[in-house]
Amino acid sequence: MGLLLFGGEFMEHGKKIMTGSQILIETLIEQGVTDVFGYPGSAVLSVYDELYKAEGRLRHYLTAHEQGASHAADGYSRVTGKVGVVIATSGPGATNLVTGIATAMMDSIPMVAITGNVDTSLVGKDAFQEINITGVTMPITKHNYFVTDVNELADTIREAFQIAKSGRPGPVLIDIPKDVQEASCVFEKKEAVKPFEQEIAKDLDVDRAVELINASERPYIYIGGGAAGAGMTESIKALAEKIDAYVGCSFMGLSAMPNSYGRFLGMQGMHGKFASSMAQKHADLIIGVGVRFSDRATGNRKKYASGTKIIQLDLDISEINKNVKVDVALVGNIVSSFSRILDRCESRERPLWRSLVEELKAEGDRIEEELDRNDKSPLTPKRIFDTVNRIKGKDTVIATDVGQHQMWTAQYVDFEQPRRFASSGGLGTMGYGLGAAIGAQIGSGARTVLITGDGSFGMNLNELATAVTYGLPIVIVLLNNGALGMVRQWQNFFYGKRYSNTVLSNRKTDFVKVAEGFGLSACKVETETEFLTAFERAMQENAPFLIEAKIDVDEFVLPMLPPGGSIDDIITTKEKGTNK
Amino acid sequence: MKRSVIAVYVENKYGVLARVSGMFMRKGFNIDSLTVGVTDDPDFSRITITINGDDYIREQLINQLKKLHNVKVVKLLDGESTLERELMLIKVRNTPENRNEIMAAAEIYRAKIIDYTTDAICVEVTGEPSKIKAFTEVMKPLGIVEICRTGAVALERGGSIMER
Repeated sequence: MGLLLFGGEFMEHGKKIMTGSQILIETLIEQGVTDVFGYPGSAVLSVYDELYKAEGRLRHYLTAHEQGASHAADGYSRVTGKVGVVIATSGPGATNLVTGIATAMMDSIPMVAITGNVDTSLVGKDAFQEINITGVTMPITKHNYFVTDVNELADTIREAFQIAKSGRPGPVLIDIPKDVQEASCVFEKKEAVKPFEQEIAKDLDVDRAVELINASERPYIYIGGGAAGAGMTESIKALAEKIDAYVGCSFMGLSAMPNSYGRFLGMQGMHGKFASSMAQKHADLIIGVGVRFSDRATGNRKKYASGTKIIQLDLDISEINKNVKVDVALVGNIVSSFSRILDRCESRERPLWRSLVEELKAEGDRIEEELDRNDKSPLTPKRIFDTVNRIKGKDTVIATDVGQHQMWTAQYVDFEQPRRFASSGGLGTMGYGLGAAIGAQIGSGARTVLITGDGSFGMNLNELATAVTYGLPIVIVLLNNGALGMVRQWQNFFYGKRYSNTVLSNRKTDFVKVAEGFGLSACKVETETEFLTAFERAMQENAPFLIEAKIDVDEFVLPMLPPGGSIDDIITTKEKGTNK
Repeated sequence: MKRSVIAVYVENKYGVLARVSGMFMRKGFNIDSLTVGVTDDPDFSRITITINGDDYIREQLINQLKKLHNVKVVKLLDGESTLERELMLIKVRNTPENRNEIMAAAEIYRAKIIDYTTDAICVEVTGEPSKIKAFTEVMKPLGIVEICRTGAVALERGGSIMER
């Protein structure tokens, strides 16, 4: 072991003796990481010591709570496409990451979470702040590691990055006991890992898909999160035009297509657009691209797409036939599958289909206009989003929390390009928004608008401190209806208007004062003009700014498909609820 | 509902069995048996899973298994060309009335009597799961005290091998 004499210095070419914590930092840098989010604690002291020394090479953003850090890493990843990195201490630090990791898992967001743990000699002894976080996160990670030997640390981190970004992306957790962080071994720098090669769909299946397309009279392209992350906007347009198809999306598919594109009908499903849900119902062929046919998007699966042919393009074989039975499955890289379909299918006009969908679009617009016309409130969600659309730039990032404001965002915001949207789709995590907006702003460098509600915002508003600390230009539009609006809407329609624990009007929270207390500027608005003035001002600020917009408690997200219902049960007016 | 036997190569690492069984719980798969043991290569273990389920369950179970990072190969074994064995230890009450019947049955089933006391006889029986089941049925009226089964292990017939 003569090599050890050179402790801390380079030995041979590129090799060096380092501690586990140094190896962690060096491996993160080697993997192209420039920003990490986290919160220190006793089991990661030596990691934070190395972060201190690594200043200028690796930026660490301190949040107010580990959950906020995990959402920040997630938001960062959604806008950059890079792997988001979060660091937390053992025990409660680690368990506070759980919601953020689960959110990333459900939306297939690449993330590496690093936790410290107690010394290996104390593991299993219920030591102070000890938790078996690999056990806790097993069902909500793609994979996780408990590192017991410093010699395996660097390669474990590399493998974690590879797993996180390969195939269908997702979160990976690495738990590193304190003594492993402090132990030393030889470290050799390597190249950043590349994702594993993706499978390519079988030619025979492509031909079968093309046959179905050629035989179809009413094709509908249904895109999901897989397509949104894959840069397929142009090829989707090309196919839609070649075969006279229309395009709809799942929640996760939002921002994959610009809303200005005439054949794009918007989000379908429970809170989706009338035209896209109806077009799907009338379609005789659904081409699902990177989408899991989630219950929120399909409604009652027994009634879903009966008699309609389905082609499913997905990288993950376990998604095939999982939620709906499909006729042709193209398993593998969806960009490749899609472009092969595009090359081989017949170019053909389908004028009957086109005129039917145009009618559905007109009907959808009519429903929206009528809802808007009947809404006499001085400030309505629709008008708020009209203003946001008018003023926001092409590059502006939109982040949301979860609830009615999120569904209005899905319905009304004009997305112009992919990777400018951060919202918790699969898990539906209230309290996600502010942390995600912070990560998204840092990752994109672009102005970020957080659309939130009084319920969600109340969950993690502590992260205002983070936004202020780093002077992040985040415009927070807080739609305050004094209620847990989405749950209340369901209670209105399906639980006899019994508003159990969804009314927040007895809360005396003054959000403007709260914001000011955290050190940011804020204002409260109650009319369209006030909102316009405030939003214009906020979009000029070089710091976070909060706008509390008062809206009516009886604003609903419409149209709506009732849970377990099908498109035939669509609710298009406030009055049309069925009471149990 | 159909019985299926699935063979799986996994990396022989800490926590792998928990990952596999945890996935079954998470996805709501109810399996009949699961056996695991190290292979000739100490870096790998082989798991044999038997399930009763429809095509959907079988397809999902295989696809979900393939997604686990430590799982290297998953193969649905074809019933026709699969050698399947299970071992059972069965303890039956020893009385003057049933003693001869236990011994006769053990001989016909090519089972081994591995323990004999004045109050109980313990029999080791190996075979296909159907044979184990049949033997258990024969013992039932004689007074079964305790049963312990290993679950099925399986290999394909002939020279074919599952590549790792």
